[in-house]
Amino acid sequence: MADSTNSNGGVAVVDEQVADERDAAVGASSSGRDFRPTLGAAQIDQQEDTIEDVAVQIDDVGLWYGAKKAIEGVSLDVQRHEITALIGPSGCGKSTLLRCINRMNELIPGVRIEGQIRVDGDPLYGSDVDPVEVRRAVGMVFQKPNPFPKSIYENVAFGARINGYKGNMDELVERSLRQAALWDEVKDQLKESGLALSGGQQQRLCIARAIAVQPEVILMDEPCSALDPIATQRIEDLMQELAADYTIVIVTHNMQQAARVSNRTAFMLAEEDLVGRLVEYGRTDQLFTSPNDSRTEDYITGRFG
Amino acid sequence: MTAEAPAATTRDLFEVNLARRHMIGVIFQGVALLGTLVGIIVLAVLLIEVWRDGIHFLELDFLNRFPSRFAEQAGFKSAFWGSLWVIGFTALLAFPIGVGAAVYLEEYAPKNAVTRLLQTNISNLAGVPSIVYGILGLQLFVRGTIGIGPSLEDLGLRDLDRSVLAGSATLALLILPVVIVASQEALKAVPPSIREASYGVGATRWQTVRSHVLPQAFPGIMTGTILALSRAIGETAPLIMIGALSFVAFTPGNPLDDFTVMPIQIFGWAVRPQLDFQDLAATGIIVLLIVLLSMNAIAVYLRHRFGGPASR
Repeated sequence: MADSTNSNGGVAVVDEQVADERDAAVGASSSGRDFRPTLGAAQIDQQEDTIEDVAVQIDDVGLWYGAKKAIEGVSLDVQRHEITALIGPSGCGKSTLLRCINRMNELIPGVRIEGQIRVDGDPLYGSDVDPVEVRRAVGMVFQKPNPFPKSIYENVAFGARINGYKGNMDELVERSLRQAALWDEVKDQLKESGLALSGGQQQRLCIARAIAVQPEVILMDEPCSALDPIATQRIEDLMQELAADYTIVIVTHNMQQAARVSNRTAFMLAEEDLVGRLVEYGRTDQLFTSPNDSRTEDYITGRFG
Repeated sequence: MTAEAPAATTRDLFEVNLARRHMIGVIFQGVALLGTLVGIIVLAVLLIEVWRDGIHFLELDFLNRFPSRFAEQAGFKSAFWGSLWVIGFTALLAFPIGVGAAVYLEEYAPKNAVTRLLQTNISNLAGVPSIVYGILGLQLFVRGTIGIGPSLEDLGLRDLDRSVLAGSATLALLILPVVIVASQEALKAVPPSIREASYGVGATRWQTVRSHVLPQAFPGIMTGTILALSRAIGETAPLIMIGALSFVAFTPGNPLDDFTVMPIQIFGWAVRPQLDFQDLAATGIIVLLIVLLSMNAIAVYLRHRFGGPASR
């Protein structure tokens, strides 16, 4: 949206002020306007741009909130056991797209979705697909940590129990908490409320809760936006570890985060018509160093958004 | 930087006038305090007056005697137990129906014109005078027919005559709108993030409602229901309308027995010319108030017991 004011001479003053503020903010962490992040270790030894093993196939997806179209014609393939980041300015539909992957949008009245999404080749949309089963296969971690107001143990066990888990629940809870790098901190207080934990611990509890039901894919909707930098780093490290077993799709406002953790990045943008579209999708290193689209370049160099 | 020149002139246009603004604040505070005091003082005067009139009849035996033509032998037993019977069955009827309706409207019903109409009607029903519910209850439960459609007898049931159950059903109708609206508010107050979290691990709608939404809304639902029951226990008009007796020398033994309730007994005493009976009415009011305050105390307790730190 800011780019539309850019081209509009009438509000140039406002735009200049915004740019000044941004320059000041950027100046603290790097020199100059270009805060193109340095690349993390995840990308170094994977240079090909082809996707061999598609975990999630998004095929021409569009979505309406009532009469208002929010996203249109988004198609992209998500590589298995990688981290795929969705970036873009506010209102570009990246969270909306993410929530299409586990049919969470249908909980909002008046939402209509077109196109198809497949997980492991199985379609998510169709009269014979139960959204309840979709959401078990595609877990989700939300922007604000939202543990149930119940014990830590119960937070993790709930999903398994309602899905008829027949195995040893104690083992599953421990394994899930270990995978979420939380076990050592909470093993002596499993009966205490999940809300008694710190924000970062709560978010890792939510990750443990998500992986306890053994999903194929984990969606993360700005999982660190409510966390401090240290808690953020722990979550990012955890994501890297989880990518060995799960396919992760993350929405983030933080481009450094996308660059640090993700293997591939999709850049979305809503232009004058306010309908979000996919602008560019590719390997994170490639997208951040030599984007094909000038709008991507403008965004990642901080010219708008 | 370029914006500073106009800012300097704009700054001159403020007329801060702190003293006046503070004075208005103090005046408003005084008015609010006065409003609060009027309520508290009137209530205090009322309570003191009732207490002075009724205290000399107040003893435990008051609850163990039936009404009598002689003031010093008259008691509250039938009214006290009648009220408990009626309120008990009112709760049994109103709670599941009211909470069920609220859960349906909040969690299941599509948000369309029909449910909006339903919602408006429920809110309006909360404002219908209680005597109107008395007329409805008289036809529907006591006589067993409203003239159109099948009567209770046609449905294989008997009419309820002027029994405890007829009174409870009438009072349940009366408080249902309040119970529904209060329960809906409690359900609305459950953060959507909790529902999302539950759906996110593959819970069905019912599993989400049952495991997360209802437990979190429970204190609010209980508080609303108990406050509605407090209103019902003080109701007189609809029960007189359905023919509850004012002189009953027995306690109900089953829900189809005749009954009286505390407010009716109080009214029956208060309209008598003898001073002693009017004092008895004051004693009855004290008992009624104690029951009411106990119910409100239970509501407060439930709110704290189930609304502790675990559910923020």
